[in-house]
Amino acid sequence: MSEIVVQHPVGASVYEPSLFGTYSKKIGMWLFLLSDSLTFGALLFAYTYGRVSTPNWPTPFHSESIRNATIMTAFLLSSSLTMVFAVRAAVQGNAKAQRLWLLATMAFGLGFVILHGREWTNLIAEGLTLPMFPTPPGQGTGEFANVARDVPQFAATFFGLTGMHMVHVTLGVIYLGIIAFRKKFIPILLGLWLLAWLATPAYSPFHYGAHLILIAAIISAVILWLKPKVYDASDIEVAGLYWHFVDLVWMFIFPLVYLMSTKIIG
Amino acid sequence: MAAQDVHAHTAHAHAAPQGFVRKYVFSLDHKVIGLQYFFLALTAVFVGMILSLLMRIHLVWPGAAIPLIGEIKPETYLSLLTMHGTIMVFFVLTTAPQGGFGNYFLPIQIGAPDMAFPVLNMLSFWTTFVAFVVLICAFFVTGGAPLHGWTGYAPLSALTNTGPGEQLGADLWITSIAIFCVASLMGALNFITTTLDLRAKGMTMMRMPLTVWSWFITAILGLLAFGVLLSAGILLLLDRNLGTSFYIPLVVVNGQVMGHKGGSPLLWQHLFWFFGHPEVYIAILPGMGVASQLLSTFSRKPIFGYRAMVYAIMAIGFLGFMVWGHHMFMSGMSPYSAFAFSLMTMAIGVPSAIKTFNWLGTIHRGRVRFQTPMLFAIGFVSLFVSGGLSGPFLAQPTLDIPLHDTAFVVGHFHLIMGVAAIFGMFAATYYWFPKMFGRMMNERWGRIHFFITLVGAYSIFMPMHYLGMAGQPRRYSQFTELAYLHRLIPLNTFMTYAAIVTIAAQFIFVINLFWSMKKGPKASDNPWEATTLEWTTSTPPPHDNFGGMTPVVHHGPYEYSVPGAARDFIMQNDPATVTTSH
Ligand code: HEM
Ligand SMILES: [Cu+2]
Repeated sequence: MSEIVVQHPVGASVYEPSLFGTYSKKIGMWLFLLSDSLTFGALLFAYTYGRVSTPNWPTPFHSESIRNATIMTAFLLSSSLTMVFAVRAAVQGNAKAQRLWLLATMAFGLGFVILHGREWTNLIAEGLTLPMFPTPPGQGTGEFANVARDVPQFAATFFGLTGMHMVHVTLGVIYLGIIAFRKKFIPILLGLWLLAWLATPAYSPFHYGAHLILIAAIISAVILWLKPKVYDASDIEVAGLYWHFVDLVWMFIFPLVYLMSTKIIG
Repeated sequence: MAAQDVHAHTAHAHAAPQGFVRKYVFSLDHKVIGLQYFFLALTAVFVGMILSLLMRIHLVWPGAAIPLIGEIKPETYLSLLTMHGTIMVFFVLTTAPQGGFGNYFLPIQIGAPDMAFPVLNMLSFWTTFVAFVVLICAFFVTGGAPLHGWTGYAPLSALTNTGPGEQLGADLWITSIAIFCVASLMGALNFITTTLDLRAKGMTMMRMPLTVWSWFITAILGLLAFGVLLSAGILLLLDRNLGTSFYIPLVVVNGQVMGHKGGSPLLWQHLFWFFGHPEVYIAILPGMGVASQLLSTFSRKPIFGYRAMVYAIMAIGFLGFMVWGHHMFMSGMSPYSAFAFSLMTMAIGVPSAIKTFNWLGTIHRGRVRFQTPMLFAIGFVSLFVSGGLSGPFLAQPTLDIPLHDTAFVVGHFHLIMGVAAIFGMFAATYYWFPKMFGRMMNERWGRIHFFITLVGAYSIFMPMHYLGMAGQPRRYSQFTELAYLHRLIPLNTFMTYAAIVTIAAQFIFVINLFWSMKKGPKASDNPWEATTLEWTTSTPPPHDNFGGMTPVVHHGPYEYSVPGAARDFIMQNDPATVTTSH
């Protein structure tokens, strides 16, 4: 893919050459991703710790779950591709294409979150839940209910890991939206927040998750107020780094959490 | 193409802000943000200090009625202890040296107009502030502040019915820490990027002052450690609020079987100490940087072994991530891993010793100026050695068995991390006050403050080693009734008196600080005749630090008493070419 050509601005020579000749924002994002990979690393460590110390770790995911998760994976992979196109459009200075590709990326991301939320809701309904999650009416009593009761680590690590990842995807969609639409995106966010909060039943994961959108909207508003600048190609490239990272993390979670816990029939 | 016109360096001299809110509240100027951090830490240290006073009083006079509070109950003692430790470690030792002085002086010392990301810098301060407020709220909710100590060991911390403070108070505690993690991460990546990208022409890595080196490495430690604590905290919140069992095995509390099973308290200990040990270096490294800087400046000699100092900081940072298990010798962890952790821990002694000998080598045969900043720098070295010597003892699993969870450990870490790091901060305050506020602090009261604090600190914390060996446990609210400790009561009483005097002496410092801001004699641009870039600009520095230009660096940071030079110091941006070194 095309790299952004960094031109030293007038006066840049008053500084020592920067690391790898690149710009600060990019280094900042790489550093954030480094620290974020430790954050996920700690969660994966907790997962491994729980899994290794539990005899007879259950493998309950039926084909429907796996199919759903595979579609989600395809969504994320496609979104990485559209992100690459967005960066390329930005570098070429094609504002319209850039915005469209960003929109496509956001759409895939949103699709991922919705599919994932639906998956959560189904699993909760089938009985895979945490003791203090609000329970939907007619809670299931099948295999997942047994798993949740007998191996509490299973549901805990599942919701912990995928939840943290979902938070990252959601924030990523908001991040891209702010880059693409700046101030205009704030009212859309507030609308989404109200929609996700009021239009969902109290036992839905979206009902509580909605407030994340509100918090992100407030912080975005503050940042836009303090730094009301136009985002350029470098901002899109940096956002792309984040997006690809979140995608990459899923490539760990999907096999570890889903595939390694697939029900083998036969 | 417009889109390609990307700046290689992002910190631009933004125009000086107008209006009170943009200038002092949501300021983007790293100097203002540095002062905000400094005053936040000053507030925090006073809260933490009062809590410790209450604890010392309770330890020797358990029934004493304290004005406004009344008699301190055992559970209140545990709350005081938790809040004291948390406030001190996070909001003082992590906040002032790095967020405060680092923010103010790192950009100036490398010749930058600001941090690489000013908005992020502002956000990181206000996030820290929110974390502090959330923590303080824990005092006022039902049940009060948590009981589980600054280390928050599970399952005590992971259940909600294990004590009065373990209800809402514990939720606020862990929320505060999670917020603090986010704030520290923002700060850390800003520091690292700034150091890598915004050094003025000529400021090569090996010409950076050792203060910059230590802030830089501290930031790297923070970047890696706080991310893990964040996860640990999120899981703790899940255990407490959604009923998961990450840290909770099958337990019985008050005769009642809890609905948890399968979790491991050791998981919390591993995650916590993976953060916790690097954290102690996050607290001390900036102090080491300040000590190096001051010992060289006030001895009028180059620092002894600059490169060795740099590599020692790196080695400490690197090894610091591999020793966390030395806090867990008594946890039931495998003895084989205890052996490995013990070995790595002993290895940290090597770079620590290198630094110490280099400090001594720096003062040796120097023309030492015993001014207040220098006194505190020497005090730092003294405390670092006294506290550090007990480390290798604790690092032996066999010796740690009797010493773990006794006052011995409390003595060890208070000398080395508590008081030494605070001496680093005092040294930094007395040294940089003229640059920050344009006036000098009172020298005589500075010395009085130094001597009382030094003697006081040793009087409080040295006896703890003895108490610990005699078996006085840590985190016990009352032991005056225990027969085998009766003979230690007079020593304990002495320590409490020493604490009262030492705490009183801190008011000398605060009064000196605020009085000098208004009434101190005006400071020149370079009152200590030092060489680094902050002393080349006006006092206090202009909004963009160097008045519209960027300095060009020609010299290393410690060129004192260079033969053939006109004065006994050569400023880093001095274009004269007398010197050869670096
Ligand atoms: C050669 C250097 C050092 C060695 C070998 C060492 C060793 C140890 C060991 C083995 C313990 C665990 C004791 C126990 O809990 O039973 C410990 C505790 C501790 N050390 Fe060190 N240490 C060293 C330097 C430092 C430094 C430089 C700091 C801080 C700046 C520090 C701060 C602490 C703290 C805060 C604790 C107690 C934590 C707690 O349980 O609350 N140590 N040290
Ligand atoms: Cu340690």
